[in-house]
Amino acid sequence: MFEQLEGSKAVAKAVARCRPRVIAAYPISPQTHIVEALSDFVRDGELTGCEYLMVESEFGAMSACIGASGVGARTYTATASQGLLFMTEALFNASGLGLPIVMTVANRAIGAPINIWNDHSDSMSQRDSGWVQLFAASNQEAVDLHVQAFVLAERLSLPVMVCMDGFVLTHAVEDVDLPEQDQVDAFLPPFVPRQRLDPRDPITIGSMVGPEAFTEVRYLMHDQQLAALDELPRIAADFQAAFGRDSGGLVHPYRTEDADVVVVALGSVLGGVNEVVDALREEGVAAGSLGISCYRPWPADAVREAIGSARTVVVVERAFAPGVGGVVSQDVRLALRPLAAPGPAVYDVVAGLGGRPVTRTALRRLLDDVVAGRLDPHGLHFLDLDHDLLERAGTPWRGTS
Amino acid sequence: MDHPFAITLDVGTSRANKTGSWRTELPTYVHNQPPCNQGCPAGEDVRTWLYEAEEGGDAYERAWRKIMEVNPFPAVMGRICYHPCETGCNRGQVDEAVGINSVERFLGDEALRQGWTVGVDQPSSGLRVLVVGAGPSGLSAAYQLARLGHAVTIVESAPKPGGMMRYGIPEYRLPRDVLDAEIQRILDLGVHLELGVTVTDLDATMREGRYDAAFLAVGAQIGRRAYLPAGAASHVVDAVSLLHQLGDGERPLLGRRVAVYGGGNTAVDAARTAMRLGAADSVVVYRRTRDKMPAHDAEVREAEEEGVRFTWLSSITQVEQGSLTIERMELDETGFPQPTGVTEELPADSLVLALGQDTDLRFLEGVAGIEVDHGVVTVDDQMMTGRPGVFAGGDMVPDQRSATVGIGHGRRAAAGVDAWLHGRSVPRTEVRAPAAFEALNTWYFADAPRAHRPLLEAARRSSTFDEVVQSLDADHALYEARRCMSCGNCFSCDNCFGVCPDNAISKTGDPDAPYAIDLDYCKGCGLCAAECPAGAIRMAPEEI
Amino acid sequence: MTGDVTDLKLYQVGTFAAGNRLVDLELRSVQAHADRANSITSGHRACQGCGEALGARYVLDAAMRAAGGDMVVANATGCLEVFSTPYPESSWQVAWLHSLFGNAPAVASGMAAGLRALGRETRVVGQGGDGGTVDIGFGCLSGMFERNDDVLYVCYDNQGYMNTGVQRSGATPPAARTANTGTAGPEPGNVFGQGKSAPLIAMAHEIPYVATATVADLRDLERKVTKAMSMRGARYLHVLVPCPLGWAAGPSDTIKLARLAAQSGIFPVFEAEHGEVTAVTPIRRQVPVEEYLRLQGRFAHLFGKRARPDLVARIQAGADRNIARFGLIDADTETQTSTEPGTGSD
Repeated sequence: MFEQLEGSKAVAKAVARCRPRVIAAYPISPQTHIVEALSDFVRDGELTGCEYLMVESEFGAMSACIGASGVGARTYTATASQGLLFMTEALFNASGLGLPIVMTVANRAIGAPINIWNDHSDSMSQRDSGWVQLFAASNQEAVDLHVQAFVLAERLSLPVMVCMDGFVLTHAVEDVDLPEQDQVDAFLPPFVPRQRLDPRDPITIGSMVGPEAFTEVRYLMHDQQLAALDELPRIAADFQAAFGRDSGGLVHPYRTEDADVVVVALGSVLGGVNEVVDALREEGVAAGSLGISCYRPWPADAVREAIGSARTVVVVERAFAPGVGGVVSQDVRLALRPLAAPGPAVYDVVAGLGGRPVTRTALRRLLDDVVAGRLDPHGLHFLDLDHDLLERAGTPWRGTS
Repeated sequence: MDHPFAITLDVGTSRANKTGSWRTELPTYVHNQPPCNQGCPAGEDVRTWLYEAEEGGDAYERAWRKIMEVNPFPAVMGRICYHPCETGCNRGQVDEAVGINSVERFLGDEALRQGWTVGVDQPSSGLRVLVVGAGPSGLSAAYQLARLGHAVTIVESAPKPGGMMRYGIPEYRLPRDVLDAEIQRILDLGVHLELGVTVTDLDATMREGRYDAAFLAVGAQIGRRAYLPAGAASHVVDAVSLLHQLGDGERPLLGRRVAVYGGGNTAVDAARTAMRLGAADSVVVYRRTRDKMPAHDAEVREAEEEGVRFTWLSSITQVEQGSLTIERMELDETGFPQPTGVTEELPADSLVLALGQDTDLRFLEGVAGIEVDHGVVTVDDQMMTGRPGVFAGGDMVPDQRSATVGIGHGRRAAAGVDAWLHGRSVPRTEVRAPAAFEALNTWYFADAPRAHRPLLEAARRSSTFDEVVQSLDADHALYEARRCMSCGNCFSCDNCFGVCPDNAISKTGDPDAPYAIDLDYCKGCGLCAAECPAGAIRMAPEEI
Repeated sequence: MTGDVTDLKLYQVGTFAAGNRLVDLELRSVQAHADRANSITSGHRACQGCGEALGARYVLDAAMRAAGGDMVVANATGCLEVFSTPYPESSWQVAWLHSLFGNAPAVASGMAAGLRALGRETRVVGQGGDGGTVDIGFGCLSGMFERNDDVLYVCYDNQGYMNTGVQRSGATPPAARTANTGTAGPEPGNVFGQGKSAPLIAMAHEIPYVATATVADLRDLERKVTKAMSMRGARYLHVLVPCPLGWAAGPSDTIKLARLAAQSGIFPVFEAEHGEVTAVTPIRRQVPVEEYLRLQGRFAHLFGKRARPDLVARIQAGADRNIARFGLIDADTETQTSTEPGTGSD
């Protein structure tokens, strides 16, 4: 049923219909509306059988989730930015223990300088934490991904992070088709934990592993992550069958079949990207886009299949690694590595940091520059970089590389 | 369930890791010799019978039987023993010694009340043993020998059995019904007792009675006299005779003012007896000071409570009718009393001499091999005299003179006789290391001040021969038994089982060895030993 | 007769030893029972004489008994975790989970929430060393307290970061030598005036139950665990567990040291409900702190050639302050221990 809802509220409703047993959360913008709504649902009875813990920190939140999941309860939390960083130690622990916790990250920049607006720096900083990372391009997809995330997490006994752009999605009011409770119940079976603390059949969870087996334990974790690459398309297909929507999966190619230029992006920026693609197509430029829905594990094969035949790939990054450049672009290059040389040129374009809007105009100018050969394909580019500001800071722009 | 590899483990799997290999010191349960046992001349395993008694109820009989293995007189000795067991008791270093003697008395009385008896353990040997003297030593030997299956005859010159227990110890310390009952229990084993018969020629008696062996325990019945210039009308008696007369049921006349000369227990007994015979003034005259006095503290204290006076540092130089001349003494640097020449008069209607006792050994004259030294008979460590098959004990051999010592002699001699009769040697008793106070962990023992036996009220003490020291009731006897710290021996407190950080100690259910140490896991930390209340675990370097 | 004022039910070792053949089974300690849970079992790699290994078994076995075996445990990183769970061997026999150093209270909170949501009666115990509790885990602990989550949290306090090589923690006592509070300089060892009392801070949360205990008083410890397990909400138990390695003491002195800590007043043993002290365990045989300090190499610099009686006096003053503050010695207990001497004769 379609409802006009704020993204946060829509996600909260979707999560509630997944019937989590424990929610432990600590408030941080722009995640707050999600956990506020869930708190209301627990109090007003819309969500029953759920314990809502108002913990003292994000570290405490993830730790409580670890405990709850450890005793076999379906567990959820949400955070953003600094909060995610504060969780870091526990994130690695949750994935190491194989606990199927689902978490929303309302993507936000990380400081200093402190900045509450949207980019992907927070999630990208945790790309190696062992969590599955799914990125929503829209509020509808955010809703759908949460339902799919619980299925995936519990099937593989892995924690899953659903990333949605802070404010841009979390605070945007749109029509959303919310899955009905009975539909969710049919799609998401009751949680049967792979392991749980049970006094009747006690086990020891969380041993210390030395050099004799640590590498193997890490390999097994990698192997488990890769299994998600097989699982996610199945879940997406099942979801489509059940709900009639194409949501989730690994990647979303848009007009890439014969494209010369493909823009790769994650999250809400894809909407604008696709409008620019359409405009270029109307003007005869063979443009396309590739939305990355599953960033971790990295769906290298799906990416290569979608963009391998393009001449030019532009990765619009909403985070970057200082001193290196793009983050996603490195993964894209890795995906393309098996292709015969020279393969597509890959542009690293950092855009929309700390809430700076990624406008269609700017995207169009970027692609025009790429198509015209005005950008150095080996350089690092910043969309809408304010050169005057750099001058005033005393460090003028010194080019693309 | 399919657990994640390595991260999730099965419980209890660490038992595969045998941490016993870390150990450099090994704990072992010991059975050390507690000071009570060490101090008991009768050879009682005090710690063990207290351990039994601690359970109360049915366990009292087990405790009593444990005493009876070595001492057939628990009720008597629970009254008259000077309890060297308590002198050494480690609890004395915590608060006060365990009242072992009072528990023994309780058990002895309980046995008499309940009519517990002992039987003969061995089939009849067909061998005959003569015991000369029915005092504590002779009766002890007879008891042991009878239980070993020998035919025992006791020959006693007095009209009643008991020796010094009857003829030396006043009734207010040992009621005669108690004594009679415990003697009767011995006689009930089939011991033959001939009263009023004096052995004058040992060889003849043995030959005529076809005895295969003999145990001599004639005691020391002759009061030692001292030369005192005395007027013809002066009334001087010796304490041994006085107490003997009393034992025969007489009430000798001593007058209103009685002086007793001496400083031993017999002197105190005589002085207290004089009070009970109607003396208005009973005074003990002793040449040295109170702390040099051989009489036991409690006896002196009780005598004082009853009105007996003590005149220290005094010697008697002259005895006249109605008075004594006393010379003041002073101790020299070696602690010996020296005369000062200062004299005074002490009014006294009679003087009782309590200056020690001698043994009448005339019946041994001409008995080949027997050696007499300083008026006592020389014996070996099995109590055998120089004459094979003839053993001796009690006051007639060189040792301390007490009923308890005599009982010990009788038991050891019985073992010696039995071995000699069978041509065997007596098995060596295992030498146990002393259970030192330092090895105990006294923290664990509950604060428990000693329960003392009540005393007869003073008014009845000076006028009657009623028993002065009364019994502990059952509750207090149990309490007192439980004050025992079980020095050097496990008493099943579970502390070692509790404190082992490696769960290396298990409970066996075997009361003789209640705990077992699993050396696969014991790391040798020593906590079990350090926290054993009784010091019953020893740590020793691991042999590698 | 003195018997009138003495306890005729004296069972030789009273309630001081683990067990006693003379008393009914149910009156003996949990540890005296052959069928105790042995929540942590043989083969663990704790040092010889480890107070923490012992304390953990004492606490968890008592808790298991109180919970009828229906219990799960969250454990902080630290010695207790490392020596008990090196792959592939676990010493635990209870359902146990280790997550991180600083989050055991939160993990326990999550367990309690999860179990409640699942409709289970299973009880939850969180545990850690002093570092994991009073330092790095303190935020989570305070959160667990203020939410009054249904968790018994147990701190095994060995007064330092022993697992990482004996460094100072917020529970390290003044003057103690650790790897980062050396003995050089005019103020050798840990600094006076630093450190915190986690139990008192716990009390400030007004949680249902706070108690301190030591491995030297098993019955007291078990009673407190049992009492804590009979209650709901946040409960805190702070157990002193001497560390032979970190304290540079003999492995057989572990329990003795805990005893001396309590008997000197250095470690006050008390319990509190809803922020108010409700009971103290009185000192039974008071000792000067020196008797406690001298057994430990970490205080060796206070004695010997360059003795520092001034610092010993400061430590004594701290103990005296505890005694006064908690009333560890009072007139009642003094008269209880001395009884009229008997007038009888033996």
